[in-house]
Amino acid sequence: MKTVSAGGEVALEARGAPAARSGARRIALRRVWRFKWGVAAAAILMTIVGGAVCAPWLAPDNPLTVDIQHRLSPPVWMDGGTRTHILGTDQVGRDLLSRMIYGGRVSLIIGVAAVLVSSSIGVLLGLAAGYFNPRVDWTIMTLVNVMLTFPFVLLALAVIAVLGPSLVNMIIVLGIADLPLYARVIRAETLAIREREFVTAGRALGMSHWRIIFRQILPNLVSLIVVIATLQVARVIILESFLSFLGLGVQPPTPAWGNMLGEGRVYMLNSWWIAAFPGLAIFVTTLAINLMGNALRDWLDPHMKL
Amino acid sequence: MKRYAAHQLVQLVVVIVGISMLAFAILHVIGDPVLLLLPQNAGKDEYDRYHKLLGLDKPVYVQYWKFASRAVQGDFGKSWYTDTPAFTLVLQRMPPTLYLTTAGLVAALLIALPLGILAALKRHSFVDNLCTAIAVAGQAMPIFWLGIMLIIIFAVRLKTLPASGYGTWQHFLMPAFTLGAFLAPITMRLVRSGVIEIMNTEYIRTARAKGVAERTVVVKHAFRNACIPVITVLGLQFGQLLGGAIVTETVFAWPGVATLTVDSIRNQDFPVVQCAVVLLALIIVSVNFVVDLIVGVIDPRIRIGA
Repeated sequence: MKTVSAGGEVALEARGAPAARSGARRIALRRVWRFKWGVAAAAILMTIVGGAVCAPWLAPDNPLTVDIQHRLSPPVWMDGGTRTHILGTDQVGRDLLSRMIYGGRVSLIIGVAAVLVSSSIGVLLGLAAGYFNPRVDWTIMTLVNVMLTFPFVLLALAVIAVLGPSLVNMIIVLGIADLPLYARVIRAETLAIREREFVTAGRALGMSHWRIIFRQILPNLVSLIVVIATLQVARVIILESFLSFLGLGVQPPTPAWGNMLGEGRVYMLNSWWIAAFPGLAIFVTTLAINLMGNALRDWLDPHMKL
Repeated sequence: MKRYAAHQLVQLVVVIVGISMLAFAILHVIGDPVLLLLPQNAGKDEYDRYHKLLGLDKPVYVQYWKFASRAVQGDFGKSWYTDTPAFTLVLQRMPPTLYLTTAGLVAALLIALPLGILAALKRHSFVDNLCTAIAVAGQAMPIFWLGIMLIIIFAVRLKTLPASGYGTWQHFLMPAFTLGAFLAPITMRLVRSGVIEIMNTEYIRTARAKGVAERTVVVKHAFRNACIPVITVLGLQFGQLLGGAIVTETVFAWPGVATLTVDSIRNQDFPVVQCAVVLLALIIVSVNFVVDLIVGVIDPRIRIGA
């Protein structure tokens, strides 16, 4: 400060109380700023989820309405694009934007449901492998390693081909495909926590295994599980859309990003938008989920080994 | 070392038996091959006759034993579709897949090594942040979409590269890059963290103190040691790489095992599916075994830990 006047001093002191409050606000803001990408990603994700939930009110058109006269019409900013179909239409004239909004439903439902399946089974396996005797551990971990070494895309393909591609089958197969990661991470953490004092104390007090596992060990793993589950939703969405892309997942005419991309591939010579936009939707969604998951990890526990 | 090798070998056998059971189950437990083979209007007599002909009236373990003992000799039965042995069909398609995997691995290293090292040396700089951003985006990218976008840009628009197929080196460019983009993000992160860790060690400080040129320090001292974790993880990621190759093959109509498998699944040609699944698993498991042994030799900590 160059000029130190009495007035200035007084003014500074008088502003003391609000300054402290704004300081707290600044700290809070800085904390938010640290997670700016995560916050932005969460906002984008909420938009996508909101769009999927409110699809009937948001979509400009019925996703199944065929308008053969306006088939393969390009997006609005290209020559020949119309304002009635902002992102253009597909090979039978269905509105692409509406199909994209509806398509999010399938991906999100399968993504979340499959992760619920895989996390619950995977966590149980991981807890059992880490907590009980080496024989249980060996059996579970060998099973998990079998699954980890094999490209599950291939097996999921084969199983879906036999079972038939219904929504429930997709959720089960993708849920099982996704389970080894949980089992592995949770096992490693359980092995470490098992040796901690509070577990020994619990055992000395005569707690049952059941109670030690679910009341003492599991609560310590919740943030880890939440972070993995968040990140895995993205992986499942990609896997699901690949299966649908091959025509072995969600069946047309139900719009799903994967099968839209697969159908659009045939027309990519002249109508690139049919394949481009659904893929972009998958990319943005998985990117948002990954960024949010990373931010969640840093926020819950910066030392998390993941 | 012998004990370690034996331990790995036991796991190898278990994995192969496990995968063969899964492949067997795909057809014999989940589905009913007779229903797939017979025309829809076939009567009960016809059904029973085929049921017996395929040996499906025997207990499951007898059927599995028959399947396994034939499979060991490379006999997976004839393709239902083309009436040639499934084994021959799969073996014919193996080389393109292996070439693609190798090309993809090379592409991934060409992307990941320079970027990873650069990011590590200029830590927290703009370059580092840019590399991290690329990695995060790359991990969220559905590679089948990336492949299609490449086709639209380079084959349809610019007409510089062939859209699909196999033969010349131009055919390799887009598939190799696509597969490389799948593997590069994780490799880059590993290289970056590996180099950062090693740049802080004492022998690097010693090398610098005795006046070794910075370039030599990075190339000879840091990079070589940073390679160990990269080799380990890449080796163990071989299954994932092959999974990525499956996706890439289907996008670029690459005449490899994956397209054969997907086509066979579409045609419900299960002997071929089973054969492909088992052979791919065999390759993955053997590669993992060799990598485990190499790593065990390079890094004694791993072999003692196991």
